[in-house]
Amino acid sequence: MDNLLSIVTFLPTLAALILAVFLRGHDEAANRNARWVALFATTATFLVSLFILFGFDPSNTGFQFVEQADWLLGLQYKMGVDGISILFVMLTTFIMPLTILASWTVTVRVKEYMIAFLVLETLLIGVFTALDLVLFYLFFEGGLIPMFLIIGIWGGKNRIYASFKFFLYTFLGSVLMLVALVAMFADAGTTDIETLMAHQFGSETFSVLGMQVIGGMQTLLFLAFFASFAVKLPMWPVHTWLPDAHVEAPAAGSVVLAAILLKLGGYGFLRFSLPMFPVGSDVLAPLMLWLGAIAIVYTSLVALVQEDMKKLIAYTSVAHMGFVTIGIFAANQQGVDGAIFQMISHGFISAALFLVVGVLYDRMHTREIDAYGGLAIRMPAFALIFMLFTMANLGLPGTSGFIGEFLTMFGAFQANTWVAFVAATGVILSASYALWLYRRLVFGDLIKESLKTIADLSGREKAIFAPLAVMTLLLGIYPSLVTDIIGPTTTALIANYDTALNAAETATQHASN
Amino acid sequence: METIILFAPLVGALICGFGWKLIGETAGLWISTGLLFLSAILSWIVFFGFDGVAEKIQILRFMESGSLVADWAIRMDRLTAIMLIVVTTVSALVHLYSFGYMADDPQWKEGETYKPRFFAYLSFFTFAMLALVTSDNLIQMFFGWEGVGVASYLLIGFYYRKPSANAAAIKAFVVNRVGDFGFSLAMFATFFLVDSIKLDDVFAYAPTLAETQLTFLWSEWNAANLIAFLLFIGAMGKSAQLFLHTWLPDAMEGPTPVSALIHAATMVTAGVFLVSRMSPLMEFAPQAMVFVTVIGASTAFFAATVGLVQTDIKRVIAYSTCSQLGYMFVAAGVGMYSAAMFHLFTHAFFKALLFLGAGSVIHAMHHEQDMMNYGGLRKKIPYTFWAMMIGTLAITGVGIPLTQIGFAGFLSKDAIIESAWAGGTGYGFWLLVSAAAMTSFYSWRLIFLTFFGKARGDKHTHDHAHESPMTMLIPLGVLSLGAVFAGMIWYGNFFGHADEVAEFYGIPVAEAAAEGAEDGAAAAEGAPHYVFAGQPGEGALYMAPDNHILEDAHAAPIWVKVSPFIAMLGGLVLAVWFYIVNPSLPGRLAETQRPLYLFLKNKWYFDELYNVIFVRPAIGVGRLFWRRGDGNVIDGFLNGVAMGIVPFFTRLTGRAQSGYIFTYAFWMVLGIAALVTWMSIGGGAQ
Repeated sequence: MDNLLSIVTFLPTLAALILAVFLRGHDEAANRNARWVALFATTATFLVSLFILFGFDPSNTGFQFVEQADWLLGLQYKMGVDGISILFVMLTTFIMPLTILASWTVTVRVKEYMIAFLVLETLLIGVFTALDLVLFYLFFEGGLIPMFLIIGIWGGKNRIYASFKFFLYTFLGSVLMLVALVAMFADAGTTDIETLMAHQFGSETFSVLGMQVIGGMQTLLFLAFFASFAVKLPMWPVHTWLPDAHVEAPAAGSVVLAAILLKLGGYGFLRFSLPMFPVGSDVLAPLMLWLGAIAIVYTSLVALVQEDMKKLIAYTSVAHMGFVTIGIFAANQQGVDGAIFQMISHGFISAALFLVVGVLYDRMHTREIDAYGGLAIRMPAFALIFMLFTMANLGLPGTSGFIGEFLTMFGAFQANTWVAFVAATGVILSASYALWLYRRLVFGDLIKESLKTIADLSGREKAIFAPLAVMTLLLGIYPSLVTDIIGPTTTALIANYDTALNAAETATQHASN
Repeated sequence: METIILFAPLVGALICGFGWKLIGETAGLWISTGLLFLSAILSWIVFFGFDGVAEKIQILRFMESGSLVADWAIRMDRLTAIMLIVVTTVSALVHLYSFGYMADDPQWKEGETYKPRFFAYLSFFTFAMLALVTSDNLIQMFFGWEGVGVASYLLIGFYYRKPSANAAAIKAFVVNRVGDFGFSLAMFATFFLVDSIKLDDVFAYAPTLAETQLTFLWSEWNAANLIAFLLFIGAMGKSAQLFLHTWLPDAMEGPTPVSALIHAATMVTAGVFLVSRMSPLMEFAPQAMVFVTVIGASTAFFAATVGLVQTDIKRVIAYSTCSQLGYMFVAAGVGMYSAAMFHLFTHAFFKALLFLGAGSVIHAMHHEQDMMNYGGLRKKIPYTFWAMMIGTLAITGVGIPLTQIGFAGFLSKDAIIESAWAGGTGYGFWLLVSAAAMTSFYSWRLIFLTFFGKARGDKHTHDHAHESPMTMLIPLGVLSLGAVFAGMIWYGNFFGHADEVAEFYGIPVAEAAAEGAEDGAAAAEGAPHYVFAGQPGEGALYMAPDNHILEDAHAAPIWVKVSPFIAMLGGLVLAVWFYIVNPSLPGRLAETQRPLYLFLKNKWYFDELYNVIFVRPAIGVGRLFWRRGDGNVIDGFLNGVAMGIVPFFTRLTGRAQSGYIFTYAFWMVLGIAALVTWMSIGGGAQ
């Protein structure tokens, strides 16, 4: 099985092709077939990806399962996973079958819907496995196209505005990233990511249009990538596309968006920014740390006053990604471990929370918080599940949310106590918004006429929540499942980062002598 | 055995909470209660069999990231042993009591099942509390710390139909999170400096911390003081100390057994436990300890003043709890951790007794909680009356002065007041003595208003007042035994001579003579026979060699030793005067001293103040950020840009609506094409 990664990556697309070519008609039978094919394909992808997980050797900090081949026009096709990317691959293959299950009630253009999701899965896995710049760029930017379509076709009332906003934000980032790719190729002469990680990009200060650029080329490259990753993560203040995109996206679209798409930014920082531009990262780290800290407080406060529950959860996502930012740019073991952990954990928790919203929206067709209240009385199973994920969302110890948040703050404290202090106020604010939301939806007396007949979770819905609940608790109680895999790679990453910084410093001293 | 003690409640919670549909409601309740009794019995066996030598039991790996390593583990020493019996005993009794108290709860409609949920929460709480007290590192402790917070949140909001209960639950959690904010910063700072969050490593490093400066926020701080201070912020939240106390009175929205277990006997004492547990660090943080003493004394005084005028029976006891916790912190603050633990121990018995007694009264009076509607209940519910009397005798500190004979509170409270005097903190000493007078006054006021005088309020309710069932009376009886005897039995261990205390906690001692040669002060008249020796981390508590509070307290003058007794008598006499001899006096006094009365009645206006300072600004700023920040500034800017760019692109592709997707794909492909061309033509830059 030398091409396990390619199999995992392209299996969903294969299924999408089968759907596209062989499935005809729009009757109920065709829709049912489309659903089952998609579910089968995504489940199979997950099962195959388990072979990668179990075959992975955590102590090896290099790339594993590497595949390399020549492609058209002298480009190379290269794939591989390391301790940083493997869990994102697993997260993707784990979440996708659940999103298909969550889309069981979609009735409009089912075939095309399933195709969009299957193609999206391929592109997302591809982002995490690509080891060539051009390949990465194709997957990275290509992944947005099915997402635009999902929002634009199956979305809510303002879907056009939302997907347009999403597009506009992303577009500027892609252009700059493309420029950076060209510059990198010009400098290093290769698009191979492994080689580029060993390449030292120039870090001598030079001036552009009279402005001193400390860290030189590395800083510029960092900024170009930053433009793209910051939007994806999203970081404050380029986060405003996210609430709109979430609100308009169908439930399953929101799940993929929050659970996986948001991780592209963080992954990008870890794959490119830190290892390839250590000096640039170091120069801009204080800014990054502060953007993360501001995001936590700012969006938590905004979440507090939301009246639309999906918007509220979208804002909390931004706050949680703030922890990822400070973890990554704390640039130490706990920070980076915590950032990866937080991303994985947020994948499960945010997926579940958006599904919670989906459950209510399916029944009542409103996201207005005030339209609910007293659900505990008629929906005890729902109340229990929602309570679990509310607690996970506010970072309760024993759930995975705690580990990620606290590791990043352990890391941040070593880098900058102010940032850790500001970020830590997030634990107060997250308790406020999460419990306040829960109270308004679930507690209180059930007095609204419209809710008197609302039904509790169906078997299908329980089956979707169960794996997410298990993962949230399992990682919360035994986080070593994750840290054992990412730990050695993180250690190597940090060691290389520190070495590169020291080398650059020595070089600067030599130059000034 | 310790592992069984720890996990039995968790198993009970899971079986009762999830399994009751399979095994039946009653079976679920009995299984959780039975497992709790098992825990309690094993805890007593462990307590009596414990030889003072600390041991560790590793259960599972927990957090690991570089040098940050924490396990799920049990640290078994005397401090743990004390907490084990306190937590499991009170919890087991509260489980039993709840059979009666929760039997026919009027808050629920016909056919609604609520008891398994209640028992599961109680058992889960117990598990979290045990995880807290058995922890051998700061992270597991934080797990327990927040776990009890969640259990408390769930139980305060147990009657989730009531808006007031929901509000109180959220308030409790959020205010506690303010404390946890301090706790977490303390953890971060500890790891940063010590490179470990295991207690043993932290203790061993404590002397170094005392000499380390840490840059935190705008200034340099002494590391030991800073960490101790931040930890104490956590303790203030959990133990409802002044400024972070506002949640505790509101927490009385929860069912009364919850108030007894969580908001009196166990969870709220976690802060005191924390300070005692961290004594090796605290001993090196003198400034932080002054802060602990001042906050403790102020809380004891403040809460007692508010308790004077409350009319809700549970709120009176809640403020009393708040006040007694202040006592414990004063003891810990002056370095007499053992006295703090002593009061924690005895307080658990008599305060749980008072709460469960109050619950019995409430149960008898059909869930009426206002004491103004009680009166003359002595004959109707005699067992409850005597239980409450014992509790009151214990809390007010009745005993024979200058001996070691008296109710539990007499011995432990006097120990604290003497320690406060010996600690040289006049502020602490005098506030505590005056708080003792007020404690006596409001406690007797409660008794007189409830059980003496004429029946007030709804006649029908009084006519149907009835004694509680056996499941409620047995716990009252057991706790009464504790309230009477706990002080006398364990006085020597907690507050006896240095060698007794040292043996109890497993602290190494040295002959005073040898020590005295080096230390001139100790060689003075009445020098101790033994002094505490050993390094930080040896033994369950650490007292620095220059910590002579224990001996100094024993050597306190007579007037100091009898002062709490006199204060108690004063409070009693005043209460008799106000509520037996001249019952119209309190009303008139409230009229003439209206501003003072309102000030106390409204709890010094803390809630109103916080609402103005924190809650409303947070909401306001949130709105501002959302509407103005996200809306006008960021999106406004974006829309401006968009209006310039979009028409250009739409023209380019000629599609009106979803054209941008194609634009996007187009540009991406174009970009790749450019890159590929560059590569194949240039072959790279080389």
